Amino acid sequence: MAHDTHDIHRSRAEFEFIKRKRATEMRGQLTSFAMMIFLTLIAFTVVAADFSNYLIVPIILLLAAIQVVLQLYNFMHMSNKGHGMMAFFMFSGIFVAFTIVLTMVTIVWW
Amino acid sequence: MDLNKRYTPQTWPDHPETATLEGKNKFVGFWLLLAAETVTFASLFATYLALKDKGPSGMEFSASGLFELPLVFAMTMILLTSSLTSVYAMYHMKNHNFKAMQAWLGITVLLGLAFLGLEIYEFNHYVHLGFGYTNSAFSSAFYTLVGTHGAHVVFGLSWFIALMLRNAKRGLNMYNAPKFYLAALYWHFIDVVWVFIFTVVYLMGVIG
Repeated sequence: MAHDTHDIHRSRAEFEFIKRKRATEMRGQLTSFAMMIFLTLIAFTVVAADFSNYLIVPIILLLAAIQVVLQLYNFMHMSNKGHGMMAFFMFSGIFVAFTIVLTMVTIVWW
Repeated sequence: MDLNKRYTPQTWPDHPETATLEGKNKFVGFWLLLAAETVTFASLFATYLALKDKGPSGMEFSASGLFELPLVFAMTMILLTSSLTSVYAMYHMKNHNFKAMQAWLGITVLLGLAFLGLEIYEFNHYVHLGFGYTNSAFSSAFYTLVGTHGAHVVFGLSWFIALMLRNAKRGLNMYNAPKFYLAALYWHFIDVVWVFIFTVVYLMGVIG
């Protein structure tokens, strides 16, 4: 049936190993959270510092892109095994997204 | 097989969200939905960028005069933190610790409600200034983009609350593990969209 799964019998050592592995992964997640906070702070600081717009816009867009990669690959586990098809879906979506934005900002005027 | 079969941390699979066929199907379908959502939001972002500070009337409002960064900064930090708390919830889900998962989901919901409260306050503030939905092309594009994101937050919160209440007595099993996992994925995606909203709408709006 759709909800069937194989029963798992782990030895004590295997169980402890998996638990430790998860705890290590969780520390990695905390690191990516700290990086996201840091990137956000830089973005707000750059804007508050009042540099030239030609400098600010590429920087904050790049910071946003890095933050989204962290979110997708770490928080949403896209870096894990078995996410090939998911990456294909997302990159197709991102490709269409870029095309739409490029089209609208270049051919629509008022 | 009995859907409500009991598990212990020792017998719980490594990836409970994809351990069953049902879970695998949900997982693939949900990522497909997220890719489609990316396109939905891209079209709203594109509309906003094309119509920013434009409109036949209501030109007394501009992005650089309207938006205030301290409020947006607070909203960003709250939503980012709620993304981390849902990661904690999924960490405990994978360790088959139901109570800890429910507790972290509860914190996530509270942070989401705080975000929503600030957004309602912000919109209410703008409307009182005279910047309503029909004010200009700019205002319509702004409210549609940020409002659609807000609607996703409302949906994500309702989803979490419904799952928490419905499964409160059931505990974690193969039936609900994929459901919790997908709700958490949805919540991360909401944060992904917000990263672009605070960058493209607010930060790029303030600099004019």
